[in-house]
Amino acid sequence: MIVELGHLCLILAFVVAIIQMVIPMIGAGKGWSDWMRIAVPAASIQFILTLFSFAALMYAFVISDFTVRLVAANSHSAKPMMYKIAGTWGNHEGSMLLWILILTLFGAMVAWWGKNLPPELKARVLSVQSSIAVAFFAFILFTSNPFDRLAMPPADGNDLNPLLQDPGLAFHPPFLYLGYVGLSMAYSFAIAALIEGRVDAAWARWVRPWTLLAWVFLTIGIALGSFWAYYELGWGGWWFWDPVENVSFMPWLLSAALLHSAIVVEKRNTLKSWTILLAILAFSFSLIGAFIVRSGIITSVHAFASDPERGVFLLWILGMFIGGSLLLYAHRASELQSSSVFSVVSRESGLVVNNVLLVVATLVVFVGTMWPLGAEVLTGRKMSVGAPFFNMAFPPLMILLVAILPLFAVLPWKRGNLGTAMRPLSGALALSMALGALAWALQSGKSMLAPLGIALAAWLVLGAASELATRSRLGKTDRNETLRRLANLPRSDWGKAIAHAGLGLTVFGISCITAWQAEDIRVAKAGESFSVSGYTLTLEAVEIGEGPNYSYETATIGLSQDGNRITTLNPEKRFYPVQRMPTTEAAIDRSLTRDVYVALGDAQGNDGWAVRTYIKPYANWIWIGALVMAFGGTISLTDRRYRVGAPNRKRPSANSAVAAE
Amino acid sequence: MRKLFLILALFLVPVSALAVQPDEVLDDPVLEERARDISKLLRCVVCQSESIDDSNAAIARDLRLLVRERLVEGDTNQEAIDHIVERYGEYVLFLPPFNLANAMLWLAGPLFLLLGLMIAFFHVRSKTRATGNEQTPLSAEEREKLKSLTGG
Repeated sequence: MIVELGHLCLILAFVVAIIQMVIPMIGAGKGWSDWMRIAVPAASIQFILTLFSFAALMYAFVISDFTVRLVAANSHSAKPMMYKIAGTWGNHEGSMLLWILILTLFGAMVAWWGKNLPPELKARVLSVQSSIAVAFFAFILFTSNPFDRLAMPPADGNDLNPLLQDPGLAFHPPFLYLGYVGLSMAYSFAIAALIEGRVDAAWARWVRPWTLLAWVFLTIGIALGSFWAYYELGWGGWWFWDPVENVSFMPWLLSAALLHSAIVVEKRNTLKSWTILLAILAFSFSLIGAFIVRSGIITSVHAFASDPERGVFLLWILGMFIGGSLLLYAHRASELQSSSVFSVVSRESGLVVNNVLLVVATLVVFVGTMWPLGAEVLTGRKMSVGAPFFNMAFPPLMILLVAILPLFAVLPWKRGNLGTAMRPLSGALALSMALGALAWALQSGKSMLAPLGIALAAWLVLGAASELATRSRLGKTDRNETLRRLANLPRSDWGKAIAHAGLGLTVFGISCITAWQAEDIRVAKAGESFSVSGYTLTLEAVEIGEGPNYSYETATIGLSQDGNRITTLNPEKRFYPVQRMPTTEAAIDRSLTRDVYVALGDAQGNDGWAVRTYIKPYANWIWIGALVMAFGGTISLTDRRYRVGAPNRKRPSANSAVAAE
Repeated sequence: MRKLFLILALFLVPVSALAVQPDEVLDDPVLEERARDISKLLRCVVCQSESIDDSNAAIARDLRLLVRERLVEGDTNQEAIDHIVERYGEYVLFLPPFNLANAMLWLAGPLFLLLGLMIAFFHVRSKTRATGNEQTPLSAEEREKLKSLTGG
């Protein structure tokens, strides 16, 4: 019964979405305020209906209602409760429902908190947002109905893919979807602005927090996925340039570009049409991602729906929203006039270069991801483009970006001087180069990768720190004055410094783990000791047993250094009988300076076991850096100019002495 | 497609854990390191975006052994790779060779960057030029406002 109600709510939400798409748009065009006002309750109702629908599906998973086809195919009665809940979105239909739930949530948030938006803009934004919802409601209802019943329900379910039965992976899709779908807000605002032919600082002040929010969620989602891969796949890889990773990475890069260019629109009232284009592109890449993952056009671990009918439907959605918006853009962009002027050496130019690099990086990832598909369609050759290609093509762009970032970040608006801007940073630059040189001296003639990476990472962190120091006149005035100035810095400046430093920490982790990882593969017998990079490991025992829905083999391995025992590691191998699938649960002794990573392999003849050991220096900084970036974004979101009611067209600058950015 | 997945699933089931097995490792560390470098460039044909160096599949193991066999027999890295490509097709190459057909793949980054920086530069310079001599005309809206303010 509840399942049928869920289905009904989904259909009702679809109807409400159609109304919300049509009526407010006409109202905004004709200036009929009654028609425009319908958007607000419609957005709330749409969200509540979708929420109930989603809850109904989750209920079916929680009580293991195997008469529902989706539950039978993706759940199992013996599965822990957390994974029953996560199973709701661990499949194509359920994840689509989550996608649209988030879409309607964002629409409702504009309806609830957009009281200060001009009524026409608000009506148009909600209408565009609802048109996206209409497309996806239709997609779910006509091709991927999650509420299908089975005439002959099985006694028990098929189980969730064991790889997905992990907290890291169970909760990474919701974050990613919050990010992907969050970009729909920027898209809706961009389309509404094109229809109105007007973009101003208030518009940018509305778009930027949504983009920032989406970017923060994407950052966390991608980091969770990477963190999961690191411990789950059994050899400590953290990024594979898999097509599905790439499609999450492209919106991340573009939203990073967008949230920078929106600053220029807000502060300097220029780069408008470029910002609109970026907003369209960022969400377009989210849609392309959804298409690539779900059409199965590029097969991957994540591609759970390989169904041509769905693929064609998604292609239509893709064509309509990307093609339509670009047409509208081509038609209307010339009306968006930018008034202000700036010199070649200025903060504006710096942000333009940032945008060029991020967009080119996105295009490189895109070309690499789509190349095999294009080659097969056009010439019939089956070929691959994988990690080795991306590892050559992508980093140069990022190195360039990071190298110029701290300098361009402190250039003044309008007109600057490189020498003047560089002066307060010279200490940071010298120290960074010294740290790079130190790394080079310590590592005894290996590649340049780690020294370069460490110098760049230090440059980012120290550059951000010295910007704060300059702004607070550290050392030039007394300590209380410095503290007062630091406390009075706008939150967005704190966010900027923190996020840039976070990027530095990630660069540091990536460089160290790539350059300095040590590896050991061997057969060990019970009681045998071996050493890897100064650590001694002893295989003490291997135990065989049964878990809740799997069987396991667990090794007990003692880890010690210089005769002192550090800890006991328990790498495990699991076998999930329902899906006939083995998984590796590596044991990791984590610390800030290195991870000792041990994975257990198969038994090898007379009581030996394959054991694989890695020493991964500074691995955790990759994800710490990502969290710091997300934290910086969050701090920036709390900036007073974005608080509820933020887009007041003018605001008296209370602390202009400090805030003059 | 579904059938293909079933076949792939059959391939994947019997093997478990760990990519490079201890018994594959060559005694000569230099050769072993070369084998590892080559393995990272070759795709496991039944897996998704995994190199044979990372893959647990049986066929990846066969390929790893084949690479090592060729190296022990004195092949250069390129000869060993060519041998595998000859047998399994271009599909196993993760790093497509630079040739006419793949030129755009390799040149995309530099070309886009050049193009992007050029467009950006000319755009910014046109902005700079406007500083000195020209004044931005009032927009229709601003004219309207001015009119209402001046009472005209």
